[in-house]
Amino acid sequence: MASFPAILRSEWTKIRSVRSTVWTLALAFVVTVGIGALLSLLTNNNFTEFRRHDQSPFDATGTAFSGIMLGELAIIVFGVLAIGNEYSSGMIRATLAAVPQRGTLLAGKTVVLGALALAVSLVTAFVTFFVGQALLGSHSTSLSEPNVLRAVLGAALYLTMICLFSAGVTAMLHNQTLALGVLVPFFFLLSPILSAVPKVKTLAHYFPDYAGSRMLLVYEQNGQPYGPWAGFTICLAWTVAALVGGALVLKSRDA
Amino acid sequence: MIELHDLTKRYGKTLAVDRLSFTVPPGVVTGFLGPNGAGKSTTMRMILDLDRPTGGRVTIDGRRYGQLSEPLKKIGALLEAKAVHPGRTARDHLLWLAQSNRIPERRVDEVLGLVGLTPVARKRARGFSLGMGQRLGIASALLGDPEIVMFDEPVNGLDPEGILWIRNLMKRLAGEGRTVFVSSHLMSEMAVTADHLVVIGKGRLLADLPMSEFIRRNSRSAVRLRSPQPERLLDVLAGAGLRHEPGPDGSCEVVDGDLAALGELAASHGVVLHELSPQQASLEEAFMQMTADSVEYHAGDGPGRGAPGTSGAPGAPGAPGGGWGAGWKADGNRPPAAVRQEEN
Ligand SMILES: Nc1ncnc2c1ncn2[C@@H]1O[C@H](COP(=O)(O)OP(=O)(O)O)[C@@H](O)[C@H]1O
Ligand SMILES: [Mg+2]
Repeated sequence: MASFPAILRSEWTKIRSVRSTVWTLALAFVVTVGIGALLSLLTNNNFTEFRRHDQSPFDATGTAFSGIMLGELAIIVFGVLAIGNEYSSGMIRATLAAVPQRGTLLAGKTVVLGALALAVSLVTAFVTFFVGQALLGSHSTSLSEPNVLRAVLGAALYLTMICLFSAGVTAMLHNQTLALGVLVPFFFLLSPILSAVPKVKTLAHYFPDYAGSRMLLVYEQNGQPYGPWAGFTICLAWTVAALVGGALVLKSRDA
Repeated sequence: MIELHDLTKRYGKTLAVDRLSFTVPPGVVTGFLGPNGAGKSTTMRMILDLDRPTGGRVTIDGRRYGQLSEPLKKIGALLEAKAVHPGRTARDHLLWLAQSNRIPERRVDEVLGLVGLTPVARKRARGFSLGMGQRLGIASALLGDPEIVMFDEPVNGLDPEGILWIRNLMKRLAGEGRTVFVSSHLMSEMAVTADHLVVIGKGRLLADLPMSEFIRRNSRSAVRLRSPQPERLLDVLAGAGLRHEPGPDGSCEVVDGDLAALGELAASHGVVLHELSPQQASLEEAFMQMTADSVEYHAGDGPGRGAPGTSGAPGAPGAPGGGWGAGWKADGNRPPAAVRQEEN
């Protein structure tokens, strides 16, 4: 058996030595913080106007996280590239020749990818939160308010899971272009559209993005089918399923 | 030592490798020869467990590749297609490979020096020429100081200087006692590098013998005689105790015969000759003859397929029934029961 720590070191070298992966992670941070800051500033300056028709309690955390969708896009691309560039470059053959234990290899990749995505997501989530609150002025909230800390941590976990889900799907499709072509329309067209269609939305409520993003909500929404931790569990199940699927495909396929 | 037992690979309708059995002996350069599409690359991918065999098995020193814990220390390979991320530097590429098999980092710089890539070690692979890419691939293969190295068409597309460098490298590696397994579709390339020869066509084993034996059998000269009185001619030859083989168009050929002596012999017995000519077959011709079936089979597959003798084999390529490959093939067993001779 290959040494697992050796695989981790090797995979870490792979991730840090290619610009595209580093950049997409940096981008995830920048857009999430930046858009959140912008929206927080705008909201603070136009608070009464923005809130005129809104009866629900103001979610200062959610406002700070306005950029999460774009951060999610960047981290999806990161997850896809980290796995998919091995296929597009033919490097997967060098990798599997070095580590023929394919399941162990994918586990190592997942650990490195997941740890890095989690670290970046945690920093992103907390910076986004604090910058947003600073710009929201008198309308801001704090981590000690009910559910707020859970929402901030939830944002980090959500981004990490979406990243790993994308990585798993890429391993299943063994092609990064195809993976992006499936994942981006799924998350940014299909899922939002279906969640708005009356009957179908019950189904869409069990998609990984809808489920995972329940963690970000400080206040219960009307008609919400389940709570934040159930949402987390559903999203985690999707992630695990994608990774297991990816491992099965990797193990069975010719490289 | 690499051992293949009935190794078979099918891609849909294509039988790429067909019950291939042979052994790659240690300490020599074994040439793996076959026309394009013969199944060489597929076989090599199966040795590395990249492609899963449809049937049979292949072992490295008795173990499956997947059972090796740090395979780069056992067997290093240069594959046909580039396996390098264009956005990564040469050094980082070797570094991740080294780390995966717990090879010390200083070995990375060592192999970079060995293949002459030290000056571009921190350049991204995207800008590498074909030759530099090939050197990087070879550096990866040598990284773990393996006792077995395997190169798939290493000289393809290289300039003469690069070709010479690779030839010398392979000889040096074998000289150090390593097992070297190298594929090519060029007989001429094999003739100058290989000690042992394995020939395949259409995925099947055609020959497995020491290079010297292949040369001995195929560089024989002969004299071709054609007569309107063939029975008489054969009687005369038999009477003189000369060994002969049937040639094309009712001719017969005397192996290692002497042109003048044969002419005189025929004249003294009053046998009319329509032809009395020396025959010399090149190794390329022998190879083409041997693989003629597989070449025909692949002739329509696209550019670059077919003619194995791109080095320009002299004489009419594959003249029907002619050339020494035919006789060579006939005196052994015909494929698929291949010609075979163990290393002595
Ligand atoms: N991944 C694959 N899928 C389908 N057919 C393949 C694949 N790889 C090789 N082949 C086919 O198998 C045969 C042998 O190919 P290959 O091993 O590349 O030959 P060689 O290396 O001797 O030129 C060819 O007919 C080729 O088209
Ligand atoms: Mg090939």
